[in-house]
Amino acid sequence: MPLYRDDAVVLRVHKLGEADRIITMLTRRHGRVRAVGKGVRRTTSRFGARLEPGSHIDVQLHSRHDPEQPPVGARGLDIVTQTESLGSYGAQLAGDYARWTIVSVICETAERLTEEGEPSLRLYLLVVGALRALVERQHDPQLILDAFLIRSMSAAGWEPALTECAKCDAPGPHAAFHVGAGGAVCESCRPPGSARPQRATVQLMRDLLDANWTSADTSEPGPRREASGLLAAHLQWHLERGLRALPLVDRAAAVTAGSPDLPAVAP
Amino acid sequence: MYEGPVQDLIDELGRLPGIGPKSAQRIAFHLLATEPADVERLASTLRRVKDEVRFCRICGNVAEDDECRICRDPRRDPAAICVVEEPKDVVAVERTREFRGRYHVLGGAISPIDGIGPDDLRVRELMTRLADGTVTELILATDPNLEGEATATYLARLVKPMDITVTRLASGLPVGGDLEYADEVTLGRAFSGRRTVD
Repeated sequence: MPLYRDDAVVLRVHKLGEADRIITMLTRRHGRVRAVGKGVRRTTSRFGARLEPGSHIDVQLHSRHDPEQPPVGARGLDIVTQTESLGSYGAQLAGDYARWTIVSVICETAERLTEEGEPSLRLYLLVVGALRALVERQHDPQLILDAFLIRSMSAAGWEPALTECAKCDAPGPHAAFHVGAGGAVCESCRPPGSARPQRATVQLMRDLLDANWTSADTSEPGPRREASGLLAAHLQWHLERGLRALPLVDRAAAVTAGSPDLPAVAP
Repeated sequence: MYEGPVQDLIDELGRLPGIGPKSAQRIAFHLLATEPADVERLASTLRRVKDEVRFCRICGNVAEDDECRICRDPRRDPAAICVVEEPKDVVAVERTREFRGRYHVLGGAISPIDGIGPDDLRVRELMTRLADGTVTELILATDPNLEGEATATYLARLVKPMDITVTRLASGLPVGGDLEYADEVTLGRAFSGRRTVD
């Protein structure tokens, strides 16, 4: 029964029994891991506060099988034995409701895009980067979320086509966008019901994908709203199920709180 | 597998939280060996719980009537409301004997990742209670985890324009613990909430 250690971001927690929790985390080297945090709901827990959603931790786990070998048959969950905090992003963001709802969407998306035990370093780095950007108020929270969504889709192999036609690869730019087709589509491939986003919207999505923040930060509210809608639809179409946290994002407050010059709306 | 009612009882007991198949079997055989009067008392108590216990129309706490014991008590201060997540939190606060106001049970905490938003909690009922101007202090006693914190933040933001003092339970070091074992989040909160020693 070996011990193993990894860096992780806590994505979700579930209550288990009297005082335990099941901790779902995205680790750097072991992919998504579900483990039991024993007694973490007690006020005397030594590491309960580090195992909250949005926490970036250095964690030691007690495995029921050798992590170097594929699991054989049914096995119980790993057990958290030690944690050290690398960044308590969740705790810093819970005091700002608008940003907290965005953290929830990031964590749910990361959980849905990963498989247990399959490493996804790029997504792990994206989650850590997005949480850090939210804490440091580097950009508008909604833009951070949209950048995370489009880049995580890219990491998962579902990057929307933004220049070439998603169906025939005809060079763009194209005016139509269809989520089911995979992004921008040319006039001859355009399925019925395609959206016709503004050119600035497609440019914004490209900026978010390429981390061109200088341009993204100066984008107008209209294209931002349109890009948010298209990216959310694109992601949920591929996930085949809606994200539960997405409708609860406090968009109005997030936008107001987004400007680094303005104080957050939440106290 | 046992026959008929014994197996049914084991199956039903096994569906209770924290009761595994072995425990369910042990309780079932304990009940079989118990005096019929004791079993009858247990059965009638279970029935009464389902038939008679309801939720207080004012605060959402468990009650035997339309209103709970605390909401009916004229000695409780109507100017202070303590907001908690669950009815069992009311009992925890009552045990302290520090609070003489009234309660409001939300029925959970905001958890976007689980699809639980403000509309799924008794937030609207709380705002209705605050609207008549009787309440001057709102104590946010949601759980000291991130969901509880986010819920408290949300409520504080809603109540802010209403000229009501909003307070949050302090969090920090547990009594009887060693400082070296405190995690940085708890210790950080203890520092930010430090007080002057007279």
